[in-house]
Amino acid sequence: MNMWLSGLAGGVLIGLSATLLLWLNGRIAGISGITFGLADAPKAERGWRVAFLLGLVLAGGLAMHLLPHIAPRENYPRMALIVAGVLVGVGTSMGSGCTSGHGVCGLGRFSKRSLAAVLTFMATAFITVYLLRHVLGAVA
Amino acid sequence: MTTRWLAALFAGALFGLGLVVSHMSDPRVVLGFLDLAGDFNPTLMFVLAGAVGVTAIAFWVVLRQPRPVLDESFHVPVTRRIDRPLILGAAIFGIGWGLAGYCPGPALVNLGAGLAEAMVFVPAMLLGGVGYRLLARYWG
Repeated sequence: MNMWLSGLAGGVLIGLSATLLLWLNGRIAGISGITFGLADAPKAERGWRVAFLLGLVLAGGLAMHLLPHIAPRENYPRMALIVAGVLVGVGTSMGSGCTSGHGVCGLGRFSKRSLAAVLTFMATAFITVYLLRHVLGAVA
Repeated sequence: MTTRWLAALFAGALFGLGLVVSHMSDPRVVLGFLDLAGDFNPTLMFVLAGAVGVTAIAFWVVLRQPRPVLDESFHVPVTRRIDRPLILGAAIFGIGWGLAGYCPGPALVNLGAGLAEAMVFVPAMLLGGVGYRLLARYWG
């Protein structure tokens, strides 16, 4: 299957997942909110979050092994991964969402707030990659 | 309660499968999309189109129901204000996203697959996300 077609198919699965979670549980499928919410959610709010994340991690991890794929990236600078991880955590926590919450779900609800967030993180991501690859000349 | 957890587990699994099928679990494909001036890879655009194509229609139908199937009411964000934390947070997230090619969902899927990069990225992300959340609450 060519790449844009599998992208479209996978995107539809993601959209169906978000629809199911909203239709059945009344929840927004925002990965950062579901994850970090575990830190201070009341007890009754934890179960579904853990269940969702368990499904994501286990099924996703399994699929990465079962589906045909190319060898994973290796030797990416450790410091870049750590700094990026902290920035992604702080940013999605402060901005109340990531690519799933603001992107898939927020845009689906025609939320102007989410559109503003998506345009902002796309812009800074484009600039970051441009600077890294075409100004600083990093190969990664 | 248990049905709610099962629904969340299934939705999470479907989401994870979607991320793998769509190649979004591979940070190189994501960075390829973010590299407008280089070897541009449009796959992410198709993923977002597929996902939002579903949610834009399905959310509209679902949110017209009086309540979700397994809960008393919908838990949908009510904030509409485009404020400083939203934009600043999204901007910070975008920098981290461009630096390593991971947003939260794919990072967690890679963790499930047992990939070394995710073992470094995810703890850093949790530290940033949970840390910011707790500090923000402490500061009020």
